[in-house]
Amino acid sequence: MKCRELADFLMDYVSGELPQESRAHFEFHLTKCKNCHEYLVQYEVTIRAGKVACDEMSDEIGNIPEELVKAVMAARTKV
Amino acid sequence: MASATPVDDEATLVAQLRAGDEAAFEQVVRAYGGRLLAVARRIVGTEEDARDVVQDAFMNAFKSLDRFEGNAKLSTWLHRIVVNAALMRLRTRKRKPEQSIESMLPSFLDDGHHEERFQSWDEPVDKLMERAENRALVRQQIDALPEGYRTVLVLRDIEGLDTEETAKVLGLSVNATKIRLHRARQALRTLLAPHFRSAAS
Repeated sequence: MKCRELADFLMDYVSGELPQESRAHFEFHLTKCKNCHEYLVQYEVTIRAGKVACDEMSDEIGNIPEELVKAVMAARTKV
Repeated sequence: MASATPVDDEATLVAQLRAGDEAAFEQVVRAYGGRLLAVARRIVGTEEDARDVVQDAFMNAFKSLDRFEGNAKLSTWLHRIVVNAALMRLRTRKRKPEQSIESMLPSFLDDGHHEERFQSWDEPVDKLMERAENRALVRQQIDALPEGYRTVLVLRDIEGLDTEETAKVLGLSVNATKIRLHRARQALRTLLAPHFRSAAS
């Protein structure tokens, strides 16, 4: 397996959907190729980072613009 | 900007909403609106559409209060309504021309090796994400992804829809959805790398 194929199989690998045989080739490549190992780690970090950054309870919880509050309340009285 | 007032007593608030208490409606809009706007923005990508989505979602929510079950959390219920309203907006609006993602994907040499040597990211993810500036950076970079990829990543990795649901709401095949998710993650990695590698910290 070449680095290029390993990159193609990453998603199936991290979701556990890579068939047994490909998985063995994938993991064998990882033992020899530090660069691909690093790429796999960063791919996984990226997925997790996205989840944490957008977590509902996280800090982005911006405030709602005053004009949107007004628009929502105005629309409500029309219902 | 209105400040997000925390809600201490949801049960009382819901009772007030059901009784048609105007002040209670406003309290809900102020308490949850900012968070819901962020969710909508992430899915639809523009401020204007996101605001429309939030307005539609509140209208739907207020009209269907009798369907809200007391044992659910109000925030969770509103979140779901906003996601649905945002998806509806995606389906009905005109598609923008597709931006290319190629430049954000890894490139390979003729022999199949990566062209780039990946410098390690020093800190484990939980450590990285402890810092508010990094969380903001990740959100910014998600927003910077080309639209057709951002929506797939947001729905799958953040909103937790499965591949089939995501494919359905976006009108894509399951295979195309998988390819897009993989590319979106790789592109996001590329965008984060200059900020997270150890030399930069």
